[in-house]
Amino acid sequence: MKGRFLQTPEAVAGTAILVLLAIMALAAPLLFPGDPLRIAGPALTPPFQDWTLPLGTDRLGRDVLAELFHGARTSLVVGLAAAAASLAVGAVIGTLAGFAGGLADEALMRLTDAFQTVPSFLLALAFVSIVGPSLGVVVMAIALSAWTGPARIARAEVLSIRERDFVAGARVVGMHPLEIAFREVLPNALPPVLALSSIIVAQAILIEAALSFLGLGDPNRVTWGGMVAEGRTVLRTAPFLSIVPGIALVVTVLGVYLAGEGAVESAAVRKGLS
Amino acid sequence: MSAAPQAPLVALRGLTVAYGGDAPALNAIDLDIRAGERLALIGESGSGKSTLALAVAGLLPASAKTAGTIEWEGTPPQGGRDIGFVFQNPAGSLDPVMAVGRQVAEVACTHLGLSWSDALARARDLFGRVGLPDPDTLVHAFPHQLSGGQKQRVALAAAIAARPKLLIADEATSALDTIVQAEIVALIRRLVAEDGMTLLFVSHDIALAAELADRIAVLRGGRLMECGPARQVIDRPQAPYTQSLIAAHIGLDSAPLFASADAGAPANE
Amino acid sequence: MTRTLRLVRRRLVGSVFVLLIVVVGSFLMLQAAPGDAVDAYVVSMGGDAGLVESLRHAWGLDQSIWTRLANYLWALLHLDLGWSVTFSRPIRDVVLEHLPNTLLLMGSATALSFFLGSALGIVAGARPGSLRDRLLSTGSLALYAVPSFWLALVLVIVFAVDLRWLPIAGIETIASGKTGLARAADIAWHLVLPVSALGFIYLALYLRMMRAGMAEVWRQDFVLAARARGLPRRRIVLAHVARNALLPLVTMLGLQSAQMLGGSVVIESVFSVPGLGRLAQEAVAGRDTPLLLGIILVSAVTVVLINLAVDIAYALLDPRVGANEAAA
Repeated sequence: MKGRFLQTPEAVAGTAILVLLAIMALAAPLLFPGDPLRIAGPALTPPFQDWTLPLGTDRLGRDVLAELFHGARTSLVVGLAAAAASLAVGAVIGTLAGFAGGLADEALMRLTDAFQTVPSFLLALAFVSIVGPSLGVVVMAIALSAWTGPARIARAEVLSIRERDFVAGARVVGMHPLEIAFREVLPNALPPVLALSSIIVAQAILIEAALSFLGLGDPNRVTWGGMVAEGRTVLRTAPFLSIVPGIALVVTVLGVYLAGEGAVESAAVRKGLS
Repeated sequence: MSAAPQAPLVALRGLTVAYGGDAPALNAIDLDIRAGERLALIGESGSGKSTLALAVAGLLPASAKTAGTIEWEGTPPQGGRDIGFVFQNPAGSLDPVMAVGRQVAEVACTHLGLSWSDALARARDLFGRVGLPDPDTLVHAFPHQLSGGQKQRVALAAAIAARPKLLIADEATSALDTIVQAEIVALIRRLVAEDGMTLLFVSHDIALAAELADRIAVLRGGRLMECGPARQVIDRPQAPYTQSLIAAHIGLDSAPLFASADAGAPANE
Repeated sequence: MTRTLRLVRRRLVGSVFVLLIVVVGSFLMLQAAPGDAVDAYVVSMGGDAGLVESLRHAWGLDQSIWTRLANYLWALLHLDLGWSVTFSRPIRDVVLEHLPNTLLLMGSATALSFFLGSALGIVAGARPGSLRDRLLSTGSLALYAVPSFWLALVLVIVFAVDLRWLPIAGIETIASGKTGLARAADIAWHLVLPVSALGFIYLALYLRMMRAGMAEVWRQDFVLAARARGLPRRRIVLAHVARNALLPLVTMLGLQSAQMLGGSVVIESVFSVPGLGRLAQEAVAGRDTPLLLGIILVSAVTVVLINLAVDIAYALLDPRVGANEAAA
């Protein structure tokens, strides 16, 4: 299966980037022990000058490379957690709506519309500012809008599945409707929902970065968005401080997109072959 | 036999067509299409008849591999101008978001060099010729507002708009209801006669061929089983496959077939 | 025409319900904030417990949550969005002042991404699988991965700092006294960088959609029929394939409007454009929850209206929409 997945150069590149990211995230506390936000050297050291500070230091003298590695942890955690939360919530709500039908379905769909009408970033901004900036809150803030996509797809799948024979069979046997919904229908509705997961991860990483950029990220953690914001104050004299974490973001998100596309394509190929 | 044979309009020599690595859809076909005749291509599904029609029209996909030749008398043909093609699926041959009159007019505009208003006028005339009601209103209609039969009439209008030499109808009536089918067949026969076109029509229905065609060619598995005058192929089929095709044909119109066989119609062309 | 009107009526009714959910939901969420407008006032202005209590009573903040919700809904019906503590002005005025700038930014960026994106998508989709197709596809994916605030900073570094071609911030030259066409040109000049930063990212979306759509449409039967009729390739690509592939993109315009609005929050912050996004930041900083609520509401209404306009445009472009109802 893996052989087929890694067929296009794009999928290979994407997977390689993600593996690199995972290694960075896991290795961060090993390679750069201690608090990455502590002062490590003289302020605004340019990169490639001091080999103990390979990428230099920022305005306050913090090690940029250490921050980069630790920032990878934040991005990875937020991306995965937000995707998991939105997929879980969305799949449940979508399945309930699709299976229940009628008034409950209508109400849930209006609810989904409402969450899609408010701009997701604005909602996240409001939520984080009310509850307070921490990693968990950021994850929840992102999931607050991201669940709508999986919900719609899950509902559409359920609507097409629930008319099939094995569902009727389960009903004849006397299974409770909720049981049917979650034990029989949902597992079959999952594949298209999961196809959405890479997009959610990518969007989550970008939203977290933007929140941190605006100063609403977790203040106790290093974030790439926060690094860009920090670098903004010395944009004219040391632009690399803002540019480097941005490149890390671009490469990471691109890697997620490419790997996601590779997974979708390999699934499509498998379906075509069968 | 007919009088001194003139050069055929289209001559297929050893035509072989294959898609991908599979067995060839057409295998060494030698066939003439004579100017002004009505030639029926009969076969069951998978016989290669549609592939032959597409090959003559130059519409094979780029991935298809061909061998052999298709020679035209005179200048090399251009789709639309020299060849009119009518497809099986009426809805499939029309752009769903463009008015049907415009789709016919753009053919006239492209090949006849007409101005747009002249082309639209010609479209209106053609709608009348193909038996569409109220052409002035219908030119502005969209495909989803028309019935299957009406859509096929529009497709015919678009096919003959540039006065082509050859009209190819690929199962053009197979997707229609029986009565509509008969109407469209009659329409095709009339148009071909009026404009002096050569007709190549593809079908699985041998009875239809018996009614409409001058000559019948029978295909099976990509090979040409038999080709000859219609009467002859129906009454005295040479190839065993053709015999079984005719024998298997059961229908309300079987009587005319058998009657003509019983009456011993003259054996010439 | 009537089928479009029927569509509009149906969508409007649905939208009212959706907006109601948004209002109630946002109201309840913002009630969860620790500290209210009185606390914020006291923090900046000072005051004792007695003042706090009398202010709470005067502003109606000591009543139950449901009473306050009911009052809020009633006020909304009179188009009264409340009072902003930060600005000491009615929220409605503050919001409506800032809204046009955001709409200008959003609208221009959408136009840029839609038109340039679909044009490039047609170029890529005209010859699927070709080198330029693959370059455009992967290049646009890379662009879609770029965080808008970072692209904004990069553009600032290159064009405003190094090359000094374009202004760094603001929406117009302060106190320039320009009017009419000169002022419009000045604003347009200031918007070049913000609109580019926002527009180039979403360009990727329309490019890929158009390209995928064209690949999908190329496979359809009527394209083969068009080729059989000998129509010139250019006409087939533009009048038939692209025209059909355009439809999902129009739908996307509506779906993207909410994201664009959110995206402009960050861009406005980087470029100090006085729009709704900047206002939201100030509301957050000033703990002005009624203002934040007002901004969310106005944003939601804007999105609803944009979606409505998009639906109408789609109905006009696709003659099949609403046809079943007309026949019945």
